[in-house]
Amino acid sequence: MRKGPVIVVAVVAVLFIISLISRMSGVPEGTSTFESLASAFWVTFAAFLTLAVMSFLYKDNPFYKFAEHLYVGVSAAYWMCLGFWTTLVGNLFPRVSETLSNWFEVPYAGFHPHYLIPPALGIILLMRLSPKGGWISRWALAFIVGTTAGLNLPRFLRSDFISQISSTFMPLFVQWQGFGHFFSNLSLSASGQLVGMLSNLVIFVGVFCGIIYFYFSKEHKGAFGVGSRFGIWILMVTFGASFGYTVMGRISLLVGRLTFLLDDWLGLIQ
Amino acid sequence: MMKNKFLLFIMVLLVIPIAGWGQDETEPDGVVESVPPAPPTNLSAFDTPNDNGHSISLQWDLSADDVEGNLDFAGYRILRAESPDGPYEIRKDSIPRGTMSERDSGVKESDNQDYFPREKDFWYKVVTLHKNGNAESEVFGPVRAVGQLYNWGKTPVAAAVILFTVFTLFFIQKARAGAELYVRPLAGIDAVDEAIGRATEMGKPILYVLGLGTAADVATIASFTILSRVAKKVAEYQTSLIVPCYDPIVMTVAQETVKTAYYDAGRPDAYHEDDVFFVTNQQFAYVGGVNGIMIREKPATNFYLGKFYAESLILAETGSATGSIQIAGTDEVTQIPFFVVACDYTLIGEELYAASAYLGREPILLGSLKGQDYCKALVIISILLGVIAAIFNWDGFMNLFTVGN
Repeated sequence: MRKGPVIVVAVVAVLFIISLISRMSGVPEGTSTFESLASAFWVTFAAFLTLAVMSFLYKDNPFYKFAEHLYVGVSAAYWMCLGFWTTLVGNLFPRVSETLSNWFEVPYAGFHPHYLIPPALGIILLMRLSPKGGWISRWALAFIVGTTAGLNLPRFLRSDFISQISSTFMPLFVQWQGFGHFFSNLSLSASGQLVGMLSNLVIFVGVFCGIIYFYFSKEHKGAFGVGSRFGIWILMVTFGASFGYTVMGRISLLVGRLTFLLDDWLGLIQ
Repeated sequence: MMKNKFLLFIMVLLVIPIAGWGQDETEPDGVVESVPPAPPTNLSAFDTPNDNGHSISLQWDLSADDVEGNLDFAGYRILRAESPDGPYEIRKDSIPRGTMSERDSGVKESDNQDYFPREKDFWYKVVTLHKNGNAESEVFGPVRAVGQLYNWGKTPVAAAVILFTVFTLFFIQKARAGAELYVRPLAGIDAVDEAIGRATEMGKPILYVLGLGTAADVATIASFTILSRVAKKVAEYQTSLIVPCYDPIVMTVAQETVKTAYYDAGRPDAYHEDDVFFVTNQQFAYVGGVNGIMIREKPATNFYLGKFYAESLILAETGSATGSIQIAGTDEVTQIPFFVVACDYTLIGEELYAASAYLGREPILLGSLKGQDYCKALVIISILLGVIAAIFNWDGFMNLFTVGN
């Protein structure tokens, strides 16, 4: 047997004992030894899985494989169960069959014949498993894709198209009271006239040049090319800001896992 | 005489405070007379316009006690009954002070607890919530909710749908007639063939990730088209293709797409249904599974095209660590930075749709891309006009782009 896995298992076992001791020393009155043992075992198992996933940073190894397969298998099975209990038992059975509702102990809501359409489409989809009848499943697929795409079209046009256009309608000269007033009141205050005008200008030019960049029917040369290049610069600056912001969020996730290991598992943080 | 009058005046002056003191003593200390609040007035209720008939709108004038600084005034409550005499049920509670209108709405499913029936008479009252007690407005009713066939507030959306459809159909027709429709080349698109060739030379597989979108997401649909093109090339070059899927429906469509591509390439025998498989429907478990495939199979080329969320950087970093050429594309704006950082080529937002049209070269896709482009031209013009309208306060033009609920 290879040394590496044995060493890791031994280290985890030692840490399990440390975790158990730390738990038993601080348990409230009335907690049995078995409960402490079970609690220490489960938290150690969770910590082991955390470390196994993190070991991927070094290289692929049996511990990562174990954690990966366990996670994939459990999540797929969980999703399957969730789908059955929420979709079939929660929605379908109470509206199509009183017997099934009683069987699963959910209140019967009366017979709604149109609720039979989704299971029919589901059965048609399952026809893929039949070598001869597989082609029938395309009808269900076409229905699902077509219906959802059609329903999404007005929603996208509203939120991504019309709302975005109207949000760009902003005056370039905010609170404009003439050049004299503007130059005698120059200020970098967030609520000031100069910042307000610059902000509106950046949004207008940014949106304008961004759309030019995404115009595919014309070669990006000359003035059009300049607008397009400015558009991609604006996009890249935005992406940079977004990247930094998200990385910050990811680091807080890492801190969360380290807190779990050092506090929940080993009890080293007081 | 004068002296007597003066003495009488002094006595009266003395008596007045004594009388007042005596009056104060008639009520015990600390007890304040409780004055009930004034009720809201002019209550009216009407069917909410431009809705599906499951809500009633109410308006009223503020209670006289609803004034700034009156801390005893807590707000309003809406009561509804099926007859003027009641019983009344609470429909909305704790409506903030200063509110003069509210909507009583519910759902259309009759088996739902929050069901709001259509075309049924209701009577309403608005109650003032006050420390010293509640005061009810006069009853208003009957009023009934009726559904409207057309929502006038959404006219801009209808106009946009018609415009978009007209442009798209026009250009599809044009493309079908054989017109040459120009689409500017994109670096990421040119790299697709190169990446497939590299995988063939190295004798390693190609990994194609469709993302976490459903089969109806535009990004996933665009990705299917690119997958079709990649699968066809893969079949011609006899390279292997791995497509791990997040969604069972996406997997089914992907299997159909790859199968058809292999048939088109004249290599139906090379198609293995197991190459396109379902992993799991849980985001990070899926990432774990795909990462494992990358580490073990070491694909020469990774495609990440579709809808991606927090898993984008994990996937792209793992692919980068295994030395694969990576081409990514998504319309999820927040994830594009990660692909830009970790991948060799990135299709930004709509470039993904353009790529599918460019690679597919089908009249429908090219026509819809052209239609989108002409809509973008209209957007540019609208923005220019809108900014001018905002400067000169032309509200009429700006209202054309306001969508109601």
